[in-house]
This record gives sequence, structure tokens and C-alpha cells, in this order.
Amino acid sequence: MSTTQAKGFLSPSTEKAEESFLWYLKEWFCTTDAKRIGIMYMAFGVLMGIIGGALSMLIRIELMQAGPDIMSDTFYATLPGMHATLMIFFFIIPIFTGVANFVVPLQIGAPDMAFPKLNLAGFWILPPAGFMVLSAYLVPGGAPGFGWTGYPPLSVQASMGADLWIAGIILVGTSSTMAAVNFLSTVFNMRCKNMTLFQMSLFTWSLVVTSFLILASTPVLTSALMMLELQRTFPAAFHFFDPAGGGDPILYQHLFWFYSHPAVYIMILPGFGLISEVIPTFSRKPIFGYPVMAWSMIAIAVLGFVVWAHHMFTTGIAVEVRMAFMVLTMLIAVPTGIKIFSWLATMWGGSLEFKTPMLFALGFIAMFTIGGLSGVVLASVPVDIQLHDTYYVVAHIHYVLVAGSVMTIWSGIYYWYPKMTGTMYNEFWGKVHFWLTTIFINVTFFIQHYLGLQGMPRRYYDYAPQFEWANTISSVGSFILFAAQFIALVNLIVSIKTGDEVDKNVWGDGTQLEWAAKSPPAHHNFEGDMPVWEPVDRSHGHDDEQAQPSPAE
Amino acid sequence: MADVEPGPESLGVSNGKIGMWTFLVMDAMTFAGFLAGYARLRWSPESGWPNPIETFGTLGIQVTAANTFILICSSVSMVHALAEAMNDNLERARTWMLVTIVGGLIFLGVQGFEWTHLILDKWPYLMEVNWVADPSGALQAAMQSIEQHGGYDNLNFAATFFNLTGFHGAHVAVGVMYNFVMYLGLRNGKITGENAELIEIAGLYWHFVDLIWILVFTFVYLI
Repeated sequence: MSTTQAKGFLSPSTEKAEESFLWYLKEWFCTTDAKRIGIMYMAFGVLMGIIGGALSMLIRIELMQAGPDIMSDTFYATLPGMHATLMIFFFIIPIFTGVANFVVPLQIGAPDMAFPKLNLAGFWILPPAGFMVLSAYLVPGGAPGFGWTGYPPLSVQASMGADLWIAGIILVGTSSTMAAVNFLSTVFNMRCKNMTLFQMSLFTWSLVVTSFLILASTPVLTSALMMLELQRTFPAAFHFFDPAGGGDPILYQHLFWFYSHPAVYIMILPGFGLISEVIPTFSRKPIFGYPVMAWSMIAIAVLGFVVWAHHMFTTGIAVEVRMAFMVLTMLIAVPTGIKIFSWLATMWGGSLEFKTPMLFALGFIAMFTIGGLSGVVLASVPVDIQLHDTYYVVAHIHYVLVAGSVMTIWSGIYYWYPKMTGTMYNEFWGKVHFWLTTIFINVTFFIQHYLGLQGMPRRYYDYAPQFEWANTISSVGSFILFAAQFIALVNLIVSIKTGDEVDKNVWGDGTQLEWAAKSPPAHHNFEGDMPVWEPVDRSHGHDDEQAQPSPAE
Repeated sequence: MADVEPGPESLGVSNGKIGMWTFLVMDAMTFAGFLAGYARLRWSPESGWPNPIETFGTLGIQVTAANTFILICSSVSMVHALAEAMNDNLERARTWMLVTIVGGLIFLGVQGFEWTHLILDKWPYLMEVNWVADPSGALQAAMQSIEQHGGYDNLNFAATFFNLTGFHGAHVAVGVMYNFVMYLGLRNGKITGENAELIEIAGLYWHFVDLIWILVFTFVYLI
């Protein structure tokens, strides 16, 4: 048994699985071990990310030159929506769920999630949902061409593919609410001794806040989509969004954005939490302002529920309402700014070590700030009326989601990769990946601010010839950006075999509980006795009695 | 019972209970989405929303009120089932559980009767329009049909009615199955006084469904 235990949770747990690869695979597919489920989430997320990325490549190839190039306009119209759907619902959200599945039980010193079977069920809803959404391309009429927002009346008139899309999205919502229920139960009920709420790591905190966001917002999207589906299926009876039948198309937008605005925090808060782990480790300093970091996440989540109408400034809602939403939206910059400055203050005076996870964290801070600032620009009503549905919005969303969420995802994957596999990735290729990613994110997306300000609309098949040079730059940048991601994939896969073996606390300065477990951790995380957390004094005050070690120590 | 035990710093309740409560938050938000849609459609200017009592008739509302009473009673019997199970009176717990299930079934039956009546007598356009053959002309056909039957104010009155009561009815149906599983557990001896909490958790769901009905009943029938 000692040989099989060496690879922790990666090693087969039955003799059958040791002998036959198929049994080993079956063991993975039917596992209730949160770590394995987490890895499956990540693998599935990466797969969907590649497909979603390929769709964006098609968009950029088409837009590289003015005029029609390689595809029909109806096919092009399906691409932005499908790209967004895959990236949001099947790439970013599942990958964060996956990382959290692996890390959260370890960080709170629990053997597993509170509901292991629910966890597995939640994961297995995801692949059918993904194939359902993608199979919209195969049915008569093709995939829906209404973007990822699915506004009526377009989504009511769309062909059969829209039904598959709607069903797929409802399933993803179900999957993520199942995960949220599980995370909340786990964090509230499974913590080890002395791990009070304000002793938890900030990554775990971010998952708590995100799970509340998911619980309260995702069902509203489900309601909106069910109403939409009813109207599509029974057009004689249901007219929720049809003015001719007494309905209101703006109602859909309200319900949709009541979910989809919090959704951007669902996609970024785990990233914030993750960065709050990486930066202290590689600065060799405790996080600056721990309680404020936790409370600012809560503040972002609460504010996130009362800003949704800033997506609807051009729909003709009352100007007083727009003013209120503008002010509330701008308020979000305050807790976000607190986080940015606390990260900077953590690094201040620290002994910095520029390993790949840290580089991604630093790149994130720099570029997310750009995305955050363009968000404040878009929040002001008069400017938004000018910039609505232009490439400025595209640039903004990609600065917060690619330079934000995706950079944090990479940071987290590099950071915990040695813990997951027990081997070290190749640092050189990690750095190459970082620099290519960072440079070409800016090449791809920065120029789009300019395009948007000049008035190039988004989701269009063609554009005026004067936009061509900028679009070409953006396209070339995106090709290299996409290709660079495969460096990381190859690096991470090859390193499982070739990487150096690592010990428990790989980075030497990890302070959370996951670094006390073996690399890779055993099937139930901590062998033998349950871990006990040593409470950390988080205060930054000048309490001399606490600062001096007492004689007893 | 959840197969993973709570840790030392738990909130002092089982995982299952926290799981059910968090699930109910999510479920409540789903209904909140539907109710927000209802409110927006009804209380917008010139919606022409009919007074519910005119559509359902006094008798219709009284029948539904009686139905509401039955659902509330089944919540009471659920509490009895839990109390008896906790005291290890499994025979009685089983009987009370059966009463709860029957209460849910009666509720569903009356609601089915009501739907049939409304579809056939009040909103005949629902049966007359062939929307499968011609989806894009469905609205116009519905309008024509309504015109023939003496006119009607707002199509979304019926639409939101089916949406809200239908989604709630689905919850009751799930609850009946859930309770039936609990009943089988009591009968097989898998649920005893020691893990009576399983019934408590099922009860949380059942009371929640009851509570939602009070909201739906108030909004759709009374106001």
C-alpha cells in the first residue's frame, strides 16, 4: 500500500484500478473526493475554454480585414454569444469552482466537502449542459444569434437552437447553485479547531461571498429564462416580454441583469481571494488589512445587487433611476480600491519573489486597474449613452475578465499546481507564458478602447474601412494570446511526469492549512489526526505586549 | 443523514440542515424572480389588469381558500410527524406523515380541477389556438379568439397565473414525493428517533412550499 499512497489522492484507491486504466478512470468519474472533482472541473473548464477561445479566433479572423471574409453573416452573429456563453458559464465559473473544490476543504482543515455526492452530481450536470449549448449549432436554424444576453424579442423569434441554449444555461445555473449550497455548508460547518470565520483564509472568504451571490442571483436568471422559454414554447398563452400581448421586453433585461451583474463578481471575487493568497506568500508578509479585505468583498457583493440597471442606460428607463444606478455603480470602485491598495501595501517592504504565480498576480493588479477605471468611465450615464454597444465595452469586459479573472486563474493554478500534482511546473516556460499573455492581452484589447471611442459597434460582421488597421493589430494580438495559452497547458501536463518532486510547503512561505498537507494530499486531505489551526493575530496595531514574545514562549 | 460529520467549529447544526436552508434561499429567489415579473406586468401603467375576483368568481376564490387551508393543515401534520418521530412513536409518525402526503395530494387535485375549469371555461383561447402549426400568428389568433368570447383585458393575467401556480404546484408535487420517501423510511425502520432530523429537514422544505403559497395566493387571488 505504501507505493499507492505516495501519489496521494492521485493514486488508485482499489486494486482493480491499480491494474486497469479503465477502472482508474471510472474511479475518477464516480469519485466523491472534492480534490478529484475539482480537477475534473478544471479539465472540463479548460476544454470549454479552448472551444470558446477557438470561437473568438474565428471572430478575430473575420474582423482582421474589412468586408466579408471567411463566413456568412448569420454564422458570425452566433459567435459573440457562443464565445461569451462558453467563457462565462463553462470556463471561468467552473474553473473557480474547481480550484475552490480542491483548496477550500484543505484550507479549513476539513476531510472533504459537506455533501460529496451533491458535489459530484453538480459537476456531472455541467458536461451535458455544455454539449447542449454547443449542439445548438447542429439543429435546423443553427445556434442562436442573439448574443449571450438573449434579449427578447430576438430570442423569442430565434430558431430551435435557442431552446437548447436556454436549457443549457438553466442547467449550468443549477450546477453552480448546487456547488454554492455545498461551499456554504462546508465553510460554515466543517472548519477545524480554532478556525473561526475571521481566521479563515481570504480565498475561503471569497468563496463564501461568491456562494451567497450565486444563491441569490442565479435563480433569478433561471426565472427569466423559464419565462422566456414559456413564451417561446406556448406563444398563444404567454406574453411576458411581448408588448403586443401586454408584456414588457425591458422586464427581461431587468431580470437578466439582476443575475448577470452579480455574475461578474461571481467571476472576479474568487480571483480576488486567490490573489490575496499569492501576494502574501511571495512577499513573505501577512496580508495587509485582513478584516477590511474580507469586509470589502462583502461590500462588493452587496453593492453588486443594486447596480444592474447600469447595463440598461440606453433602454429609456427614467433618468432619476439612471442617476441612482450611476452613483451606486461608482461606489463599487471604493471597496475595489481598498483591495488594490491593500495588495500594494502587502507588498510594501516585503521580500518579493517573482515566481510565475506572483507575476500573474502583479499583472492582474496592473491590468485589472485599467479595466476597473474604464468601468467607472462607462458607469457615467452620458458617457455610456455614447459608448453603449461599442468596442469600448468589449475592451472593458475583456480587461476585467481576461486580464482579471483569467490572470487570477493562471496565478492560482501555478500557485497550487505543486500541491495538486506533487511536482513542480517548469518555471522558465511559466514565465514565458506570463510575458506572452500579459503583452498580448494589451495588444489585443487596448486598441479596442480606441475603436470604441471612434464608434465601432460590437457584434457587427463588418466595419468601416478606417477601423481596419486597429482591427488587424487586435487580431494578430489575439492569435498570439490564444497560442500562448497552449504553452501553459503543455508545461502543466508534461510537468506531471518530468517536474521535480516537491515537499509540503512548496513556496516555503505558505501560511494556510493546505501547505500542511502532503503534496499531493491524501484521499481525505489530512492523514491521522484532524488539523488544529493556530490562531493568527491579524492586527496591524502597535500593541507592544503582543509584538514582544512573552517569556513563556 | 449527511455522510460527512460537522467539524469542531460548526454552527451546531447538521450539514443537512444548513444545506436545506441555503437551498431554500435559492428557491425563494427563483420565486422572487417570478413575483417581480408578475408585479412589473401587473402594476405598470395601463396594464388593464382585471380584478381577480371577477375572473375567478367568489366561489373560485373560496375553493382556493379552502385549498390553502388544507395545505396549511398538512404543514401542521408535518410538525406532528416530526414530534412523534422524535419521541420514537414511529407508528404515529407514519400516520401523520401519511396525512401530510394526502393533504399535498388533495391540494394538487383541487388545483388540477381549477386549472381544467379555467382553461376550458374562462380562457378558451388556450385550447382553440393551434400555436404549433403557426407560432408567429399565435398571438393574433389568441386575440381573435378572445374577441369572439366577449373580450378580455390582459393575456398576462392567465400567463402569470399559470406560471406562478404551476411552478408552485411543481414544488408541491416534489414535496409529496419527498414526504413519501420519508414515509417509506419510517416504514422500513431507516428513520427512527435518532435521525428524526431527516424529517425535520423535509419539513423545512414543506413549510417553505406552504409559505410560498401564502404569497402566491395573496398576490394572484386576493389583491
